[in-house]
Amino acid sequence: MDNLAWIFISALLVNNFVLTYFLGLCPFLGVSNSLETSARLGLATTFVMLVTAVCAWLLNTYVLIYAPYLRLICFIVVIASTVQFIEMLIKKLSPALFRAMGIFLPLITTNCAILGLAIFATNRGYGFMEGIVYALGAGIGFTLALVLLAGLREESELSNIPQLMKGTAMNLIIAGILSMAFMGFAGLFSSA
Amino acid sequence: MNAPAPSSLRLVLTLAVAGLISGIAIIGIYESTLPTITANKARELREAVFKVLPGVSEMQQLVYRDGGLVATEERRKEEQAVYGGYDREGNFIGYAIPAAGPGFQDTIGLLYGFSPEQKQVVGMEVLESRETPGLGDKIYKDADFVGSFRALSIEPNIVAVKKGAKARPNEVDAITGATISSKAVVRIINEAHAEWLQRLPPAGAEPPFSDTDPASSGGSP
Amino acid sequence: MKQNESYEEFIKGIWRDNPVFVQVLGMCPMLAVTNSAINAIAMGMATFFVLVGSSFLVSSFRNWIPKQVRISCFIIIIATFVTVADYTLLALVPKVHKELGAFIPLIVANCMILGRQEAFSSRYPVRLAVMDAMGMASGFLLALFSLGAIREILGDGALFGIDLFGENFEPWIIMILPPGGFLTLGVILLFFNWFRFKKDEFLADVAAAERGGN
Repeated sequence: MDNLAWIFISALLVNNFVLTYFLGLCPFLGVSNSLETSARLGLATTFVMLVTAVCAWLLNTYVLIYAPYLRLICFIVVIASTVQFIEMLIKKLSPALFRAMGIFLPLITTNCAILGLAIFATNRGYGFMEGIVYALGAGIGFTLALVLLAGLREESELSNIPQLMKGTAMNLIIAGILSMAFMGFAGLFSSA
Repeated sequence: MNAPAPSSLRLVLTLAVAGLISGIAIIGIYESTLPTITANKARELREAVFKVLPGVSEMQQLVYRDGGLVATEERRKEEQAVYGGYDREGNFIGYAIPAAGPGFQDTIGLLYGFSPEQKQVVGMEVLESRETPGLGDKIYKDADFVGSFRALSIEPNIVAVKKGAKARPNEVDAITGATISSKAVVRIINEAHAEWLQRLPPAGAEPPFSDTDPASSGGSP
Repeated sequence: MKQNESYEEFIKGIWRDNPVFVQVLGMCPMLAVTNSAINAIAMGMATFFVLVGSSFLVSSFRNWIPKQVRISCFIIIIATFVTVADYTLLALVPKVHKELGAFIPLIVANCMILGRQEAFSSRYPVRLAVMDAMGMASGFLLALFSLGAIREILGDGALFGIDLFGENFEPWIIMILPPGGFLTLGVILLFFNWFRFKKDEFLADVAAAERGGN
């Protein structure tokens, strides 16, 4: 179980954060109408996930042993601060990028994928390296799902969808089919 | 009708008060549920160990520390442990060894009982799995499969064979339609055993059962 | 600031402004825990507790919380209730807690709860806020239950663990797997859209008839 490769591939494909664990659905359904925005959001989310994984490990190892009940609040504070910090960083380094990302950056805070990552990693007792690899896999998997859905939505703009299906209903059904496709990755690591 | 903006002190104070009340509430619920939660966890573990080691009525945690097994309730985060099972007279019956590894869908966590005297696996219990319902989840729902771990020779290791082809004492029939999950269970046990076999003391030299009260700290001499 | 009767505040959360089917909020926990009816209800009740409790506190203290730190205060309050719910479930029903897993702490990230505090509880008196919260939470619970029931009946042939169809029913396994969650919610939303479309059509017909005179 400590196998780093398995942790990475599992989070990326076999147990994709969005399509298998249903995390990060708000941006998945709300933001994925543009391929470019989706890619950018995914990248930012991956970065926040990496930072969160490291902070969560630090907290778990040194602080939360004495007060396990404060875990949830600490994680939320870490995530909110990280997003705030990244916002300031991007604003300073590249104002153009900041303007392009707009409202999406603060939205990362309420993205359950990041909190979910911290909680899952804690429950599974991941160490430092495992946490990083897990965050990488989860973030890239999230980006992958977002980009796939965005691409499909951009395509479907041009087709004749019945009025009633337009919007979230259609996106959910597309997501369901994507999820089915990803089920094909199961068994990737177990041909003993 | 705009009220003047509240001072920074006011803001900090509000957050501090909120945090304080929140902290008290959380600590309160934690302390009041801790006995129940600990008791539940202990009971679950006991039940699992008793399932995989038939004939056992007492158990204790054996932590692998400094090259040997130490009977103690405390376990540091990096340390690994197994459980020793003893009968009513305190005689050693076998080890209950936790193991985990990738299954078909996600990680499978299990506990298996091992008797060093008979060099056999005497039981297996799946603790955690996310295998496909109706197919992979047969690794714990199929009584025949679980039962085939009751007296399974572990020399040199366990082998999963196609259903019906079981011939040797160290072979297990895989479940039809859940080959990968079944093979994963076998592989997980083999890998854990390879790791633990070298750590376990020679047969007959197992740590005796010490009746440590979990409430007291440290082990008994 | 039109103030409805408290009864109306309660009812609106169940159908007209149902948080899941109409506002499409609170998605994450929805799909993950609705692979069986009992899990769905457990999650619904936990969310009910958190939403009503936080709304009560937020509304009670709404005049004391400065605007600048209100979101942080809301989150502190919500996280406290979630932690309480988490430990309570772990102590009382460990089996259910194991099924719901990490999704209980994730109630904190449920945009519906934070949204309600921001949009309603922080602006209205306690009684209305609590009724609104109870309505939204009930709507959420109903939505979760319907999703969980459909998925369990089709995917397992059972409801609450009780076999419904007997030996010969071949369960539609995909329904209790992740794709089933997406598809079921998508189809339910489709029906909701259809109802609303039909209702709007009907109302438009009525209006046209009235305008045309006779």
